[in-house]
Amino acid sequence: MAVILNTKGLCKSFGAVTAAAGISIAVEADSVVGLIGTNGAGKTTFVNMVTGYLKPDAGDILFKDRDITELHPRDITRLGICRSFQIPQLYDSLTVFENLVIALGIRDRNVHGSVFSRTFKLVPAANPLVVGAAEKSMQRFGLLEYRERAARVLPEGVRKLLDIAMALVSEPEVLILDEPTSGVSADEKFTIMDMVMGAVRSHGCTVIFVEHDMEIVTRYSQRIVAFYEGRILADGKPGDVLSNEQVQTYVIGGLRSLGTAAPGVSHA
Amino acid sequence: MTRTDKTPFILLGALVVLLAVGPFLPKWLFLLTMSLGKGLVVLGLVVLLRTGLVSFGQGLYYCVGAYAVGSLSQFASVRNALLLLLAGTLVAAILATALGFLLANYRGIFFAMLTLALSMIVYGLLVKTSALGSTDGFNVAPASLLGKTISGQGNQYPIFALACIVAFVAAVLTNSYLWTALGQLSSAIRDNEIRVEYMGASVRSAIHTKYVLAGALAGLGGAVTALTIGHIDPEMAYWTTSGEFVFVAILGGTGSVIAPFLGAIIFEFIRTYAYQYSPNTWQLVLGTAMLLVIIFLPAGLWSAFARLRRRT
Amino acid sequence: MNEFLAVLVDGLIYSSWLFVIALGLTLIYGVMKILNMAHGSFYALGAYAAASMVGYWLNRGHAPMASYGILIIAAVLVGLIAGPLVERGLLRFMYGRDEMVLLLVTYALFLILEDVIKLIWGVNPYFVSEPYSLLGTIDVANLTYPYYNFILIGVAVLAGGAVALVLQYTRQGKLLLAVIHDREVSLAMGINVSRFYLVTFTVGTALAAIGGALTAPTVSVVPGMGVEVIVLAFAVVVIGGLGSLQGAALGALIVGLVRSAAVHYLPQVELFCIYTVMALVLIFRPKGLFAAAEVRKI
Repeated sequence: MAVILNTKGLCKSFGAVTAAAGISIAVEADSVVGLIGTNGAGKTTFVNMVTGYLKPDAGDILFKDRDITELHPRDITRLGICRSFQIPQLYDSLTVFENLVIALGIRDRNVHGSVFSRTFKLVPAANPLVVGAAEKSMQRFGLLEYRERAARVLPEGVRKLLDIAMALVSEPEVLILDEPTSGVSADEKFTIMDMVMGAVRSHGCTVIFVEHDMEIVTRYSQRIVAFYEGRILADGKPGDVLSNEQVQTYVIGGLRSLGTAAPGVSHA
Repeated sequence: MTRTDKTPFILLGALVVLLAVGPFLPKWLFLLTMSLGKGLVVLGLVVLLRTGLVSFGQGLYYCVGAYAVGSLSQFASVRNALLLLLAGTLVAAILATALGFLLANYRGIFFAMLTLALSMIVYGLLVKTSALGSTDGFNVAPASLLGKTISGQGNQYPIFALACIVAFVAAVLTNSYLWTALGQLSSAIRDNEIRVEYMGASVRSAIHTKYVLAGALAGLGGAVTALTIGHIDPEMAYWTTSGEFVFVAILGGTGSVIAPFLGAIIFEFIRTYAYQYSPNTWQLVLGTAMLLVIIFLPAGLWSAFARLRRRT
Repeated sequence: MNEFLAVLVDGLIYSSWLFVIALGLTLIYGVMKILNMAHGSFYALGAYAAASMVGYWLNRGHAPMASYGILIIAAVLVGLIAGPLVERGLLRFMYGRDEMVLLLVTYALFLILEDVIKLIWGVNPYFVSEPYSLLGTIDVANLTYPYYNFILIGVAVLAGGAVALVLQYTRQGKLLLAVIHDREVSLAMGINVSRFYLVTFTVGTALAAIGGALTAPTVSVVPGMGVEVIVLAFAVVVIGGLGSLQGAALGALIVGLVRSAAVHYLPQVELFCIYTVMALVLIFRPKGLFAAAEVRKI
């Protein structure tokens, strides 16, 4: 299968903290990859680098063989990589409907691109195509009942769904979900993932998601990459990775490993 | 489900009423024309306010637009009112484009302070420029259009009518802009810039565009004022002038393009009469009104009006 | 060389004046995150109160030398009365709202205070020049300076030093530093943030009033004297970095010396150059010369 997203030797440090020390991952098109690791292992930094929010100190990021390392998030979005956020990034004072309409409006503009907006009318009116697409999106993610509620007052699970819905508005080729079920109650987690996966996989999309919940990771991913202190501990099929001794010690059984030396430094 | 915006029709109705009623209210024409001029500046401010940016320096463009008109009139003997208005708007727009590159990098307090500083720089420059009359400024000769004299002296109906038409066009165009995909970005930018960037839009370029629009409107407002009063001076760029525009913007709110003009008319009327009766408490009234609006009606008077309409 | 010395002395005097005013402004911002647009009004209040009290004192035939103490007392009184009144009566209800909303609230306050001053003291100018001329003059570099001007330098050093010492070495000062860093965490730790806000605002106001009181003998005290001060104070504070004490000192020095040089060599650009320096600093070091570190957002 073709490799759609390829990172080579990504490095990033924040002062004395190494968030990434040579991260190389080749993601195949249409696959579902789960990223796991303890807090501070470098997962979100990886996502931030791939989506252009942070510039790596070294290394390259290739999207469909095109170098996107130096690109800005908005260019990367336009190319076809979208993401959702650990803390949902919404327009808090606007309603669910308005959030989606704005997202669709920009997407429409990016697709048809022009200097003078084709939405400029002397007697303005809501664009029925945009409204229809917003309705469809709300339906797909079960947001219809929250249509007129301001994003600020929504329950956390709904905020997450809206965040993901907005990311999907541009129908990306690669969707990166940063902890899609964190902060959501246990029974809602599967509902959300089912909804998202259903919406996404129907039109062929590569999904990369960061998760802490091992059940979710096992259920939904075809491949798992385990992070630890800026390095990749293991990368492969879920069964293999999750039964890997180091992954068990340093990622899954996190607390038990306090006091033990990091892998590759010494053997205790 | 298409919701058509009624604003252009309300504006058209207002235009027709004003033009029709104008000849019967000769004593109020000056005040109304001044209000429309100031309203234009406030309209630009509202575009920025929706984006979460408060400019304390719109006086810069207000002044530049006025001085452009004055200079062309005084030194190049241009008398065509339309040409003068266009010149004022254009000069302000060009300056706003240049300064916008710098200002689009700032938000919140820094944006406010930088706009203030820039307007004070222009004030300082004008005060020391004797060729332009220093602190006294200079007079603007009456303009003309289609054979009619456009001036605040004598028959004020022509300039009033011109101001009405100009304000109408500006309001309709601005309203249409605010409905476009980029125009709607205002509240999005105010709420979450990161999300806007991740949606594939450039926050910086959106803000730059809005700033240029605000500058152009302020320049147009200044040009109208210059023709109406017939006199310009550096005080137009002083930060307290910009503060007045901010006050009217807060008073009216950002809910509609009609609010700035209504707010400006209310402001001018109160100012004229309050000043006559008690010049030493005028600012007290202003300040208190502003506090009341901020505390009880944070979305401005227009929001109260809109709430009433929804209930009936 | 003489000219240069004159620029230096003038600059230092002007810088001291700026520092005393800017110190209050930056303190209030640093602690309460409020950019107080009414700061110039407190300056004016200080000037008027000082002019009135000293005028009254001298008219009664009391010792002229005591007028210096009266100036300070008048200013401190303004701080002690106006500060808590404004903080408890108005600002307290606005905490937690956006910075810009607070800015507009202080702008409204400025408008109100300008008229309050006119209502209390009328519109005619006040003159109280005795303290200015009383100490005599000194000749520096062929130019005559009243000794009075050097009081300003002394006050600036004292005020700056006092605030710095309090922040660094007293327990209250350290608690204040905690509040400056994070209001919510401080509240959670049991620090009486509300009291610190009150004290800070009062001190800041008193400092502005002291600036005004010390200026009163050197000018005619008129309505509107606070208007230009605000913009100058902003320039200084922004140059140095909002909330930074060293920044206020450095900013005051820079603005003071630049203005002094302008006045001596190119008077036409006086007004222009101060705002240009501010604009330049904002362009190259947007957070000022002493800026704080930024936290990651996502």
